[in-house]
Parts: sequence; C-alpha cells; structure tokens
Amino acid sequence: MPVRNVLDALTMRPTRFLTSSWPWRSLAYLTGGALIGIATICAVVVLLAAGLVLSVVVVGIAGYVATVLSGVAVGRLERWRMRLVDHAELPDPHRSPPAPGLRSWLRCRLREQATWRELGYTMLSALVLCWMDAAVVYAAVFVPTSLLFAPYYLYGETSLWTTVPLALCTPFALAVGAYPVTAWAGARAAMARALLAPRSDDTDAKLVELTRSRARLVDAFEVERRRIERDLHDGAQQRLVALSMQLGLARLELPAGSPAETQVAAAQDLAKEALSELRELIRGVHPKVLTDRGLAAAVGEAAGHAPVPVDLDLRLDRRLPDAVEVTAYFVVVEALANVAKHSEATRAAVSAGLIGERLHLDVRDDGRGGADPDRGTGLVGLADRVAAVDGTVALSSPPGGPTLVHVEIPCAW
Amino acid sequence: MLRHFGHEVVAAVADAPALLAAVAEHRPDVVVTDVRMPPGFSDEGLQAAIALRAADPDLPVLVLSQYVEQTYAAELLDSGRSAGVGYLLKDRIGDVSEFVDALVRVAAGRTVVDPEVVRQLLGRRRDPVQRLTPREREVLSLMAEGRSNTAIARALGVTEAAVAKHIGSLLAKLDLPPDADDHRRVRAVLAYLRG
Repeated sequence: MPVRNVLDALTMRPTRFLTSSWPWRSLAYLTGGALIGIATICAVVVLLAAGLVLSVVVVGIAGYVATVLSGVAVGRLERWRMRLVDHAELPDPHRSPPAPGLRSWLRCRLREQATWRELGYTMLSALVLCWMDAAVVYAAVFVPTSLLFAPYYLYGETSLWTTVPLALCTPFALAVGAYPVTAWAGARAAMARALLAPRSDDTDAKLVELTRSRARLVDAFEVERRRIERDLHDGAQQRLVALSMQLGLARLELPAGSPAETQVAAAQDLAKEALSELRELIRGVHPKVLTDRGLAAAVGEAAGHAPVPVDLDLRLDRRLPDAVEVTAYFVVVEALANVAKHSEATRAAVSAGLIGERLHLDVRDDGRGGADPDRGTGLVGLADRVAAVDGTVALSSPPGGPTLVHVEIPCAW
Repeated sequence: MLRHFGHEVVAAVADAPALLAAVAEHRPDVVVTDVRMPPGFSDEGLQAAIALRAADPDLPVLVLSQYVEQTYAAELLDSGRSAGVGYLLKDRIGDVSEFVDALVRVAAGRTVVDPEVVRQLLGRRRDPVQRLTPREREVLSLMAEGRSNTAIARALGVTEAAVAKHIGSLLAKLDLPPDADDHRRVRAVLAYLRG
C-alpha cells in the first residue's frame, strides 16, 4: 500500500516506520501547530484590543475585520504546513475576487463560507488544539531527554546502577513515543483537512453552471444519437432491405447459373454486407434495446457481442433515468472493449446494483492489469462521461491484474 | 412476393392496432410483422405479436427485425404455446425462397430463429459449447435455427443418420435430454443457449 500520509505511515512495519521520516515530520508539524496557535492568540488579542481602542474612531472596525480575516492567513499557512504530514495537497477553497482592488477582495472574502470556516478553525486551534499539540510535543521531548540525561543530573543522588540503565532506555522511549506523536499529528491533520478543504458550495457558480451545461450537452448529444439511429433504421436500412428483396425476386426470374443471375446474386451479397455493416453502426450509435428494455437487457446484449466470455450479475429491479442508463451502458461497452483490446483476459464480469439512490457498476477482468488512464485507453473519456451525470469512476489495475472499474452514478428520480 | 409463391396475403396493415383488428377479422394462417411499427416506432410490432399469441397461443407469428438483439427473440419465443414462432432478420427477405420456406415452417407450427441470432447465442454460452467439435457446432446452429434433421443433412451434405448421431452426442455434451420430437428438441436447445 502506498504511504500517502501519517495515518498510512502508522500501518507500516514498525522497523520501517521508526526509521522513516514520518515521526520527525509529525513532531515538526505539531511543534509548528503549537507555535502558530500561540502566535494567533497574541495576534488576535492585539487586533481586538486595537479595535476596542480605535473604535472611538471609525478605523476601529478595521481591527475587527482583520480579526475575522486572520483565519484566511492561518488557513493558508495550515494548508502549506499540511505537506509535512500528507502528500495530497489541499487546494485553496477561496474564489478569486471578481475585480482587482482591496474593496472587492474584502467583500468577496467576507461573503465566503470558507473564510468563516477558517476563522472557526483558527479559534478552535488557538483555544484547544495548540495546547494539546504543545502537551504532546512536550511529553515526547521531555521523557526521552530526562531519561537520557538522568545519569548527569541525578549524579550523586542516585547510584549509577539505576540511572545508566534508565539512559539506555532512551531509544525504547523514543520508539514508543513515536506512535502517539504520529497518531495525534494524523488526527490533527485530518481535522484541519475537514475544515480547510474546499467544499462543493465553495465552487464558483460558474463551475456549477459549467457542469450543468456539460450535462445538457450530453443530453442533447444523446437525443441527437437517437434521432440518427431512427433515421438510419427507418430510412437507409429499410431501402436496403427493399433493394435486397427486389434483387431476390429478380434472381427468381433469371435462369439459375446464367451470367445475369450471377451478377444479380453478387449485387445482392453487396446489399447484405451493407445491411450488416449498417446494423453494427446503428448499434454503436444508439442501442435500441436500451430504450425499449433498459440497462440489464442492453448490457446482456453487449456481453453477447464481447469477444471474451462475460459473467453477468445485474440486480436492477426497475428502469433508471435515461441519462443514467445511457451512461452506464456506454461505460460497460467501453470497459469491455478495453478488456478485449488491452487486457489479454480470458474472462470478464459485469455486476450492477442499486444501493440507496446510487447505481453501483463493476466491470472486472482477469487480465494483466496495468491499465493507466494517462495512456489514453478510453478511460478518460469514460470518466468524463460519468462525471457529466455527477458519477464517479474508480479504477484498480495493478500490474499483473486483475482490473476493476467501479462506477457509481446517483439516480435522481 | 408471397403471391409469387402461391400464398394469399389477406391484409397488409400499417400499425399495431390495425394488425390486431385484421387478425381478429381474417383469422390468418400466419402473421408476419415488423418489430418496429407506427405510431411509436419502438417495439409495438413485437408487443402486438406477443399480445396475439397470448390471446391465441396457437397462432403462428413470424417477426421481422432489424436487430440481432436476442432480447426481442427471447420474449417472442416465450409467448404463446411455444409453437409456430419465427424471429428473422430483415436481411433474409432477400433470400426469397428461403424466407418463404421459413414462413411455411412457422405456419406449420415450427420454431425458426435467425442464424445471426443463434450465432450470438452461441457466443454467449461459450464454455460448454467449446467442448463440441466444429461439426457438432454447425449442427447445433442449424438445429437452433429450427431446421429438421433432413434439412440439416441437406445443408451439410451428409446423411441423416450422421446428423442424428451428431445431435445425440452434442445433446449429451450439453446435458440435454435426448428427444425424438425435433420441435421440442429445438426449444430445449434454445432454452439452453439463452442460459
């Protein structure tokens, strides 16, 4: 398992953990936390006092505003410090102000939820957490140090027979202490992350609109696909059938084996080839069975066309919204195409079910794994498609396999 | 085209309600319908066929379709009294005499399934089907299409006895009961392929 943050580090083998940099990073993180907390208290006290004193004149309001905004500075510092104990970076939850200038920046910040969450975090950390940080750091430093120097400062009071073994216990104390320090740093970072990470309501209205317009685009695209499917089916395909039938009738009129009959037979074969090509094309554009019978039936057909055997386990007792069905169907088709193209698998399995209001869909294979979205194996397109209906795609494909594509799509009724 | 072969077309209708009405009026020997019909252009034709067979389980119906999808074929095969149904791709209309032959077989109460659909079914049930010899697989496909032993023998250019032997051994390999009635046997094979 890759170690991404301190909490992961705790699950490493003790020998590896104790020789890694994680315990020291945790200690540094907590020391920083304690210092920042104490500095915050000083700063806030000063700002509030300034506000109080200056409130006689209007400028005093600036002191209060600055207090509120101290959270923004602390939040930024905390997100930067987070890299000590967590490889995953925390993105900035703040929007960019609509116009340049201090006034618009202030207005923008004071209206944001993120600003107030940061202030809450700052207060929490100044009043409670930083003291706990300090206590943990103090204990972690004090106990091993006092053990180490016991022979020195207890010289003459206690016999060396007692103090030297105590000093020799120092590495043991360090090793034992590394765990609570790291655990507290992990818990502390998790709290910070929960409060300081961007939330969906922080995103710009523009971004929400963008997602919506993308969903609309996908819908429009789907409507268009259906129209094309219908036009091809009711137009070109019917004409080809009629042509083939006419040729068949013409063949009946001609003596079998005559040059004319051979020609007509050849023409009829061409018409048939065109028909079957057109049929494949139409299925690719929009599978009729999906509209008529729903996801389970359509996935069953797709499995029937797949070059590797596919085990199906579809537990869908009702029809899902159109957009969800179409997306899920194309996910399965794309994933099965990937299985056939890249995995060298001998079997695949598709399972689907509704858990609460979400469709869960799994496509597995027993191939050689190593699927990589960055190498453009259609996985990115698949993720885009799913994202347009607010779904998520998770991929697990270690080298050597097996590969699992797990998709969840919310079904808004 | 059908007249050419001496069949009488008693009614040609444009949509599903008209089809139901025409069948009630003429009591035809066999109904030919398209899966897709006005007004909705979804699967009214198939639904009408299933409704007809629910009302009269012995009414032979041949459904023409543009879709290899066996979902439709399966629904049709499950309707009525499992006799006299056909599901053919429209492409087959071009092979005029074969098409008319299929129609006659359906009218006679046999089951006819398009080779293309059978191929897809075979693709779905790979594991036990893998154990068949290529020749047995050919026989299985032809059987699933609803052909008689005689027709299979003719298609493969072997004797009927050889066909019977192949059928016996492939039924054994697929754990299907041997059945002298080849119609019931076809149903068993189809049911097996549909898993």
